[in-house]
Amino acid sequence: MAVGEERAVEAQGDRAEAESHRSGHPSPKEYVRIGVILAVLTGLEISASYSGVSGSILIPTLFVLALVKFALVVLWFMHLKFDDRRYARFFVTGLSGAIALYLIVLISLRVFLR
Amino acid sequence: MADVAVARGGGHAADHPETTTGLPHTKLAMWLFLASECLLFGALITTYVLYRGRSLEGPFPHDVFDIPYTSVSSFVLLFSSVTMVLALAAAQRGDPGRTRLWLLATAFLGMTFVGGQVYEFTTFYNEGLHLSTNLFSTTFFVLTGFHGVHVTVGILMLLSLVGMSFTDRLPEDPSFPIEMVGLYWHFVDIVWIVIFTVVYLIPTPSPAPPGG
Repeated sequence: MAVGEERAVEAQGDRAEAESHRSGHPSPKEYVRIGVILAVLTGLEISASYSGVSGSILIPTLFVLALVKFALVVLWFMHLKFDDRRYARFFVTGLSGAIALYLIVLISLRVFLR
Repeated sequence: MADVAVARGGGHAADHPETTTGLPHTKLAMWLFLASECLLFGALITTYVLYRGRSLEGPFPHDVFDIPYTSVSSFVLLFSSVTMVLALAAAQRGDPGRTRLWLLATAFLGMTFVGGQVYEFTTFYNEGLHLSTNLFSTTFFVLTGFHGVHVTVGILMLLSLVGMSFTDRLPEDPSFPIEMVGLYWHFVDIVWIVIFTVVYLIPTPSPAPPGG
């Protein structure tokens, strides 16, 4: 292997190692803060489900709250906010593919018109 | 190019072989696996939504669901995600004692969640809701059962990590394997966030009238 190629490989390896030893992850305090926010959002979801408001308000509210919780876990606890963007691309591709596919199924079977 | 795939020896570097992408392939594979899991759970959730309110005979969801009980289970699983990241933070600080403690706490919370699910399933069964009773029971048990199996696999992985840490079979820097198990664990948590909303909190439409 040529010296230049060896250096390139070493640099790639160093990047891999550095990437897996990120120091940019949140601190334990921040993790706990996110946990508290998640607990509050869950409490809001449960309260909303008991509030007796109509489905046209309740369902979007519950979906927004669930979406925020989902995003908080994925971005902070799974570190997508801090890690290399390529991980996010992998996950978002699968997630958006699944959402698109199953939305098409539900729309074609007229589930939302019932 | 074969040289690229050769792991460098010594210390924790052996856990992160040089890669063509500059990223650990184990972690890329984990994210790819989780992306594929989105399709699996998406199919199960879609099937549940598709058959919501289509059961002709009871018991119906509002007959059997105990929202306060399931809410407590949801808090338990959510809290287990916090203990999981605290385990990772402890491992990254090089604190094996706290790492084991938080891993065990996560496994314990996971077991509490699964125990709660077993109790819930048993209660439903005693109330006459079996796997093939109606469309609701089939889609509900398959969806939540698959999720429960995923949580159980996560618990086994967590306990394996703890066992390996006691027998010195984890690398010198154990944060990488803990992070991989953590990704799986948090994924199980985000799936529950969706299931809890779609299955338990969104009210089910009234049952279809016979012949309607």
